[in-house]
Amino acid sequence: MKFTGSQNYIATDDLKLAVNAAVTLQRPLLIKGEPGTGKTMLAEEVAAALGKPLLQWHIKSTTKAQQGLYEYDAVSRLRDSQLGEEKVKDIKNYISKGTMWRAFEADEQVVLLIDEIDKADIEFPNDLLRELDRMEFYCYETRETVVAKHRPIIFITSNNEKELPDAFLRRCFFHYIRFPDRNTMQQIVDVHFPGLKKALLKEAMEVFFDIREMPGLKKKPSTSELLDWIKLLVAEDIPPEALKSGDTNKLIPPMYGALLKNEQDVHLFEKLVFLAKRNR
Amino acid sequence: MLIDFFLSLKQHGLPVSVKEYLMLCEAMEKGVIHGSVDDFYHLSRICLVKDEANFDRFDRAFAAYFKGVESLAAVLPADIPEEWLKKLAERLLTEEEKAQVEALGGWDKLMETLKQRLEEQKGRHQGGSKWIGTAGTSPFGAYGYNPEGIRIGQEGSRNRSAVKVWDRREFRDYDDNVELGIRNIQLALRRLRKFAREGAEEELDMDGTIRSTANNAGYLELKLVPERHNKVKVLLFLDIGGSMDDYVHRCEELFSACKTEFKHLEYFYFHNFIYESIWRNNRLRHSEKFSTFDVLHKYGNDYKLIIVGDATMSPYEILQPGGSVEHWNDETGIIWLKRLTDLYRRAIWINPTPEAHWPWTQSIKMVRELMEDRMFPMTVKGLGEGMKALR
Repeated sequence: MKFTGSQNYIATDDLKLAVNAAVTLQRPLLIKGEPGTGKTMLAEEVAAALGKPLLQWHIKSTTKAQQGLYEYDAVSRLRDSQLGEEKVKDIKNYISKGTMWRAFEADEQVVLLIDEIDKADIEFPNDLLRELDRMEFYCYETRETVVAKHRPIIFITSNNEKELPDAFLRRCFFHYIRFPDRNTMQQIVDVHFPGLKKALLKEAMEVFFDIREMPGLKKKPSTSELLDWIKLLVAEDIPPEALKSGDTNKLIPPMYGALLKNEQDVHLFEKLVFLAKRNR
Repeated sequence: MLIDFFLSLKQHGLPVSVKEYLMLCEAMEKGVIHGSVDDFYHLSRICLVKDEANFDRFDRAFAAYFKGVESLAAVLPADIPEEWLKKLAERLLTEEEKAQVEALGGWDKLMETLKQRLEEQKGRHQGGSKWIGTAGTSPFGAYGYNPEGIRIGQEGSRNRSAVKVWDRREFRDYDDNVELGIRNIQLALRRLRKFAREGAEEELDMDGTIRSTANNAGYLELKLVPERHNKVKVLLFLDIGGSMDDYVHRCEELFSACKTEFKHLEYFYFHNFIYESIWRNNRLRHSEKFSTFDVLHKYGNDYKLIIVGDATMSPYEILQPGGSVEHWNDETGIIWLKRLTDLYRRAIWINPTPEAHWPWTQSIKMVRELMEDRMFPMTVKGLGEGMKALR
């Protein structure tokens, strides 16, 4: 059982190694990297490649660790007790299972994605230490210990908005997805747009890397933005010549809104292009 | 052997733990990798390093530890001479030789000599203690032992097509203390978070609901509480113009990070030092002034004060009435700073000049004393410490 990338996901060698280490040792893999470098995609692709179901748990700033395990709906039990319903006698009826519980009790090994763990409260990772380490937890309401039937393959992504506690990090493998170099980027685009004209791709990549290297940008365009942009270029059927920077009148690449997402960046970009034009 | 490797990482200041080391051993035992040094590099990094800020340190530690081993592997097949000798040279230096090298002189002298030698030198050079090349004791070149050495492209060996991964040191930028992006600043500022429940009640208060329901003889009575918010209040004073021009970019980043991070943020500008008036809009600084007294009265002592400035000026600007470079100030800067720090007990000064330069400027020393030593450099680490002092 080895992950070697997939038809629509290009994984570098060190990433493959990280995934395989996590799968073999059944430890969680923590993935960090610039936004838009395919952190979340990875879990989906691994699940597809290994033929395992994928469970996703998306973290928000208000998410509590307990919600991933289970939630006890005390209010509806109180209400039912007033209505004299029969099911009120069994507390199990009021416990809704969270994503981790479902992953633990699944009959086959699953891939579990804990997405953007850094969005949650600072204590969130600490509350999951035992769950990730031993893959079990205790349910107070029903007085039972839930133990994973098969240790799930866990992927955790982070955008680095918060530092994660050391104790948590020690339990994970860690991989930092670097921004792909030109060759890898070419492969990625090839995988997503197999029929793309070579000329258009070459020009587009050039413009893209030029923009990325522009100093002072607040948010550099990333892989997913490049893919969106190329999609637009293809949809609008823009000829490769339009992207050539030799054309003085059309120095601003078409549809650049897909690449720059911040009005200050767009402003800066236009200013630089204007300066470049004047200096000619 | 791996224990030595582990210990050498620890010596290089990497926060590695036994648990992680055991994880690495387990991975080796289960055969995740097959005998390639590159794979081992990646695997050990996955297991042992949990922060990209430490990648560069790891690369250096790894290179230091595996210098000998790697070259052996490259040599074994056939052509021995050059590779072998090259790496051998750097392992054969004695401790004394290393000490001698240290005695060559300071940084300026190094740069000067480098220039000279570059002009003199023709062709490739190996060993020896004068010419630029590899593995020598000369301060110039790579793989050498001169601690003050200047690194000139430490590249992979000639027989191999690729440069060694860890020698590329691609993660140099992520090392802390150096880079200070908006994201990093935000991270540092976040330590100041203080959550409190204020405002509209919209979250279900479970305990309260159960209690009031019980009091209500079992009839359901819902209780709600307000959601949690970050309620830290920050007063930010920014030095602007003059000697601060060099740091405009970094201050901008700090400012934009502050603005998104704190809901209650009030900011004002001053020039060189704080006197009786400050301003909010730099373009209208002469027409739209705020009295510092008004600011002191308006914002209560639950605000935390952050002053950003290089504190580099003539001491008179702090000590003397009328010392300001721009106008006549009736009261000295000391008095004004004291008024501020008396009211805002939680106050820090963030200084963008490098910490190593501080002792050489008298005014920095003075301000530091006035701030009771709560002056911090504008680095990720400095900000982190500053936020701790503010809590």
